[in-house]
Amino acid sequence: MKLDLQTASDFIYRETRMLDEGHFEQWLELFTRDAHYWMPAEWQQTDPLLQPSLMYEDWFLLKVRVQRLTAARTFSQKPKSRSCHVLQAPQIDELSDDAQHCRTWTPFHYTEIRGDDSTAFSGWLKHELQIQDDTIKMQLKRVELLNFDAPLPAIQLFI
Amino acid sequence: MPHYANSPDAIKALIRPREIHRDAYVSDEIFDLEMKHLFHNTWVYVGHASQLPDKGDYLGAEVGRQPLIIVRHSDDEIHAFYNRCPHKGVRVTTEECGNAGRFFRCPYHALSFRTNGQLMAVPLKKGYEGTKLEDNIAHRGLFPVAQLKVYREFIFVKLNPGGESFEEFFGDSLSTIDNMVDRSPAGKLVAEGAPLRFMHNCNWKMLVENQTDTCHPMVAHEASVGTAVDIWNKEGDGGKHPGVEMLAPFMSPYEFFEGIGIRVWPNGHGHTGVSGSIHADYSEIPGYFEKMTESYGEERAKAILDEVRHNTVYFPNIMVKGPIQNIRVFKPVAANRTLVESWTFRMVDAPDQLFARTLIYNRFINASTSIVGHDDHEMYERAQIGLTCNGLEWVNMQRLYEEDETYDQEAVVNGTSERQMRNQFNAWQRYMTMSMEDESAVGAEA
Repeated sequence: MKLDLQTASDFIYRETRMLDEGHFEQWLELFTRDAHYWMPAEWQQTDPLLQPSLMYEDWFLLKVRVQRLTAARTFSQKPKSRSCHVLQAPQIDELSDDAQHCRTWTPFHYTEIRGDDSTAFSGWLKHELQIQDDTIKMQLKRVELLNFDAPLPAIQLFI
Repeated sequence: MPHYANSPDAIKALIRPREIHRDAYVSDEIFDLEMKHLFHNTWVYVGHASQLPDKGDYLGAEVGRQPLIIVRHSDDEIHAFYNRCPHKGVRVTTEECGNAGRFFRCPYHALSFRTNGQLMAVPLKKGYEGTKLEDNIAHRGLFPVAQLKVYREFIFVKLNPGGESFEEFFGDSLSTIDNMVDRSPAGKLVAEGAPLRFMHNCNWKMLVENQTDTCHPMVAHEASVGTAVDIWNKEGDGGKHPGVEMLAPFMSPYEFFEGIGIRVWPNGHGHTGVSGSIHADYSEIPGYFEKMTESYGEERAKAILDEVRHNTVYFPNIMVKGPIQNIRVFKPVAANRTLVESWTFRMVDAPDQLFARTLIYNRFINASTSIVGHDDHEMYERAQIGLTCNGLEWVNMQRLYEEDETYDQEAVVNGTSERQMRNQFNAWQRYMTMSMEDESAVGAEA
């Protein structure tokens, strides 16, 4: 299998659709085991460890988040949140010669609701994709919020 | 219909020895009075000197609804001014921080002010000849804040003149800031990295109270921390995960929190973790202790690192975590709205891994995306709504109350006591009413 604009775009649309449909366990399997989900807290951030982030989660921490969403005493999910991603067509920023790795850029609008409250975010998704066992996996999903430095409400799901 | 303005007795009646009236949390009028009185009568944190490394550097702050500029002058002294041109009232700077160069220039009519506040130039000056401008307050330049103190680079202001000095107000509670600074082998901290900013739909005092509430972690955080510990125990590789190492102590049993104790100081300050805390058992970072020993000698280095206080509340609205170099600033926005800004500090001359750990803690606990933060946030917002219920107008605060309890002396008590919350409210009613009784206090009518 090879990565190109079509396969990468299909993957990204499918990935965010899983989140919006609440298939979180399935979504976790889209990551390699050494992957990170990164939400920087500074503009054009380069370092996830020595610069502040809102999230820099390894696979274990993502799994904790997913499991917590359905735990009996997760009071901040009573009632449950739901989300909707609207994506602009992804672009490929970098593709390896063997077409096994690529970096993509995808502007988004994201709405998260809980009870009567609704909050909207926009920004850019930056995926680092690779082919592993003939399927596409995420090595990194970087979520750049436009308003990362604003006073933010609780963001409970995954953008 | 105002009920509390200029009625010190009505305000004091909100505070009973074992309970607090809900109006302290839900009344818009009380909130307005907090802005006019409480935040004018107390020493309030506005920033860290490391945010102003160069001459002319400034930052914006807001205390009791007053917009301020904090600036480093050419002689390195730090000044605080009201952020208002003395001419027409235009706010002089709007950015969070910046460098003014040698002077501030009002963008409306180009009056300019030295960074020590003095009026430097007025365009078309001859138009003022014979008008006695020199007699007008505008001639004095930027209006200074009454009191400012830089303590080990932490900058505090008090808007009202007089009253307790900085040292009298904070007293021995400053030992937590001392410990946080001393943990740097160079004895110096640098505020580094943008703060995480999390908006809460609740009263600011609920957040402050929660800092010394040790009976909630094992309950409210079961969903986040309990889940993390469960998964790691089942599926972990047997080693240490930096996240689990930080989160797991939150699930410690009541006995643990009872044992670590709470210390209260006069004027509303206090801390959890007198003997041990949830920050006590972090992995050693290679090279750090050696650096500390070089700087302080082994005995002193050990003493500094053995002090592992949990949360220290500096009344009214910040919390300092010495062992993890993290502070939370609870910024009141409205009776039912509070912005929490969580700041991280790098210890000069300490290994990078320690700053990385500070950042991990901040995003794990204080971010708007933090699952631990979500647990707390949910409880505050439920309380803000729950308090509207009629019939039950009092918030209970009597855990481990003692009949002869006083708040004018330092004391160490059981770590699950609500004494520090009572201590805060004792201070609250005093600083709320002192400038109502003393009508000569400048700013009381502001």
